[in-house]
Amino acid sequence: MIYVNGTPTDAPAGATIHDVLVGLRIDPETAGIAVAIDAEVARRGVWPTHTVPDGARVEIVTATQGG
Amino acid sequence: MTPPLVIAGRELRSRLLLGTGGFARLQSLGEAIDASQTELVTVAMRRIDPAAQGSLLDVIRSRGVDVLPNTAGCFTARDAVLTARLAREALETDWVKLEVIGDERTLLPDALELLAAAEQLVDDGFVVLPYTNDDPVLARRLEDVGCAAVMPLGSPIGSGMGIANPANITLIVEQAHVPVILDAGVGTASDAALAMELGCDGVLCASAISRAADPVAMAHAIRHAIEAGVLARGAGRIARRTHARASSPLEGMPELAE
Repeated sequence: MIYVNGTPTDAPAGATIHDVLVGLRIDPETAGIAVAIDAEVARRGVWPTHTVPDGARVEIVTATQGG
Repeated sequence: MTPPLVIAGRELRSRLLLGTGGFARLQSLGEAIDASQTELVTVAMRRIDPAAQGSLLDVIRSRGVDVLPNTAGCFTARDAVLTARLAREALETDWVKLEVIGDERTLLPDALELLAAAEQLVDDGFVVLPYTNDDPVLARRLEDVGCAAVMPLGSPIGSGMGIANPANITLIVEQAHVPVILDAGVGTASDAALAMELGCDGVLCASAISRAADPVAMAHAIRHAIEAGVLARGAGRIARRTHARASSPLEGMPELAE
């Protein structure tokens, strides 16, 4: 179990950040998104290889309207 | 034409930075960007909604303007630094409007956390534009740690109360060696004009435009107010006087008494 944007989410052992995004129907090629794993930024280049550990807090963010 | 605003070596022809918060529709935002002639618009970083319709970034980029991510909603230096790093990764910019809020009711900055975050982000190579109190000492400290501009508030975010302490804004302007952008509190065009008359280098507006009855018309008005303020500052206003000073001559008055 991992926590994606605060929601408990099943993820198979060994799932990469890329896998998690695809599982959420988010195209990893989408411009303007960033990912943090346990409060550390995971650069786009490591998404295909960086496995998400069990219990990890995954935050996926993008730009939204703000002043 | 007024001279360009230069921040961290980058020339901006427009002295108006536009916040994208509060627009009811993306189409309205796009039209306000056009009317404002801004070149830099702020965005916040939030959790992605895979079901969201329409792309804010597409609207911004279709207008040919750049994004300035903010750290709105952060209450600690740690959260603000992480948010800035996420924004850099997502938006491929090392510019950040740094906000570290100290109080939910007033949304006033937390001076200590703000300064700590600014120092760390400058060390990380960011171009840091801090939203700060109208405190000349804090503004100087932010400049000292390497911020590329200082952005004092006129009054609390979204309040529309204008410039509550023009004397402090003047003090900040007098001492600054980096651009001073008035950020927060603008309610209408005259507030933006006053900021420029006080010597600010630019104005950042969000609610004043996005929540106006006609956002596009207000964007247009504030653009011209900034231009007017810059010109008036250059023209040199008259000193304030306690008593009247006639502009018509006293000499040559006809004798009209019966």
